[in-house]
Amino acid sequence: MKKLIFALAATAAVLGFAVQASAQEKAKICFVYVGSKTDGGWTQAHDIGRQALETALAEKIETQFLENVPEGPDAERAIERLARSGCGLIFTTSFGFMDATVKIAAKFPDVKFEHATGYKAAPNVATYNSRFYEGRYISGQIAGKMSTKGVAGYIASFPIPEVVQGINAFLLGARSINPEFKIKVVWANTWFDPGKEADAAKALIDQGVDILTQHTDTTAPMQVAAERGIKAFGQASDMIKAGPETQLTAIVDTWGPYYIKRTQAFLDGKWETASSWDGLKDGILTMAPYTNMPDDVKAMAQATEAKIKSGELKPFTGPINKQDGTVWLKDGEAAEDGVLLGLNFYVEGVDDKLPQ
Amino acid sequence: MTIIEAILLTVITASTPLVLAALGELVTERAGVLNLGVEGMMIMGAVCAFVATQLTGSPYVGILAGILSGALFSLLFGFLTLTLVANQVATGLALTILGLGLSGMIGESFVGVSGIKLQPIVFPLLSDVPYIGPLLFKQDIIFYLSIAVVIGVNWFLFKSRAGLRLRSVGDSHASAHALGINVIRTRYLAVMFGGACAGLAGAQLSLVYTPQWVENMSAGRGWIALALVVFASWRPWRLVAGGYLFGAVSISQLHAQAFGIGIPSQFLSALPYLATIVVLILISHNRRMTLINMPASLGKPFVPDR
Repeated sequence: MKKLIFALAATAAVLGFAVQASAQEKAKICFVYVGSKTDGGWTQAHDIGRQALETALAEKIETQFLENVPEGPDAERAIERLARSGCGLIFTTSFGFMDATVKIAAKFPDVKFEHATGYKAAPNVATYNSRFYEGRYISGQIAGKMSTKGVAGYIASFPIPEVVQGINAFLLGARSINPEFKIKVVWANTWFDPGKEADAAKALIDQGVDILTQHTDTTAPMQVAAERGIKAFGQASDMIKAGPETQLTAIVDTWGPYYIKRTQAFLDGKWETASSWDGLKDGILTMAPYTNMPDDVKAMAQATEAKIKSGELKPFTGPINKQDGTVWLKDGEAAEDGVLLGLNFYVEGVDDKLPQ
Repeated sequence: MTIIEAILLTVITASTPLVLAALGELVTERAGVLNLGVEGMMIMGAVCAFVATQLTGSPYVGILAGILSGALFSLLFGFLTLTLVANQVATGLALTILGLGLSGMIGESFVGVSGIKLQPIVFPLLSDVPYIGPLLFKQDIIFYLSIAVVIGVNWFLFKSRAGLRLRSVGDSHASAHALGINVIRTRYLAVMFGGACAGLAGAQLSLVYTPQWVENMSAGRGWIALALVVFASWRPWRLVAGGYLFGAVSISQLHAQAFGIGIPSQFLSALPYLATIVVLILISHNRRMTLINMPASLGKPFVPDR
């Protein structure tokens, strides 16, 4: 069913491109989104980046995007159509587009691809990512201070490294304040389903968590938290509008500067495959204002943020044990990026079985 | 409030839109029309209900807008399939795509606006009854409406003359036509009832379930509603049972995860669908019983000879 819908949508898209092809002199920079560009979270952050790109290089480029592209085989068709329609540089903005991006890239060696949050590269496929976990470590510390019960609810999407990093970092942050801190993890198995995300939030709150964090894309969990009168953290975009008295902070993705930098390199003919993984210090990740918390907690969060930016604090620094109690990182040892990018185990203290 | 009550409350919220949209589709299909556009009508109901609520400040106006928009939108389907005799499957799919796109356009400036939640209506004494009180007598009007629609549809289909005519149209439109029943008019009304119910279900999404507007917020619930109709073998009470079963399993699996019972979450997420399949196997072992309920003219176009 989805396939048929998509085929129709894609056909319409191709017709649209055909009309525009005649006017094409500017370089075409294209984006593939997993959700809707106004989801209030992940995809919206990418679209704000796209708009920044369009504004910055308006003379030389035009941008195009496909929204609501399902992960999996359908993504291949979407990416292929963009590649065929004359896009020079294509950003695929979800982890689940990884295999599709690599596969299509092999077919179109002259088109450049950039895949967000994955780990498979090729001569014409670069990967880019953001150290979201740095923000989640700060969130964890805030949770450690703010939760009276010492239990946070964590709404997760899919068991991919990026999400596992987030869960681990959040717990490490929280335990650096309260060594007894616990999290309850619920896997929604979706990035985008307001109803299901809200159900997960309700389930967690009913089971006694008094602070909520999410790694799914809509503001529904924030809204439930607001209704039930507990505090929560936003994801990907500043979600303060959904919970003016609820949001403590949010991890805000700021993709614009990266998109501009890479597109400029592409225009200059200097684009090369790369694996970019920046964090708070580079501004690809920012923290929304620290709100709804006492001043001392705010000061602590700001101090931690400063330490992470200066490189003094790396969230994944030993001693850290794996969930089963075996040693992962010895005292003072920092995790290597390679391990983090493929992270598929929990640290000690996470009370959940990681789906494999 | 115990955890069981909390779970049941969430189950009711999660199941109501499924039951409502599916009931509407059940009536449409009983009249012999297969409308695959439930998802599209639902999302149109959701956006119109949200926008109307924002503009007037009253969620009740929103509910009306949801119902009306669903019914009007289904009229488009009716015109294409009943008057112009277009293919029902293709038209239904087109309705879904159109609905998803159009709703995104209508709601564009309302994304991120905090919604107005429909408040529950509390029945003074009944709501104090332990256990069932808070569950059944402290709900919003859409829940009460859904109960009324279930009872009403059941009575209408199997106890009223008009319902008998509607079913005869669905079972054999040629015979119904020969008996002097206006097949096309009956089908138009059935399609519009289906649209109204889907619109109301959509209103529940944007006013009760998650009081906000996000594009695509129905997230496939229209398709689940369609499946529920077949699951229920076109019987209203079975449909209610199926809808609540689906909701109950969906919510319990979230609680099971939060509780940390150590079962892989992928399996738990698949549980609602597995449960549905198991029940489907159990009730369909008697094939004749299922076929008796299935409208014989379902999906077949009707062109009256002149």
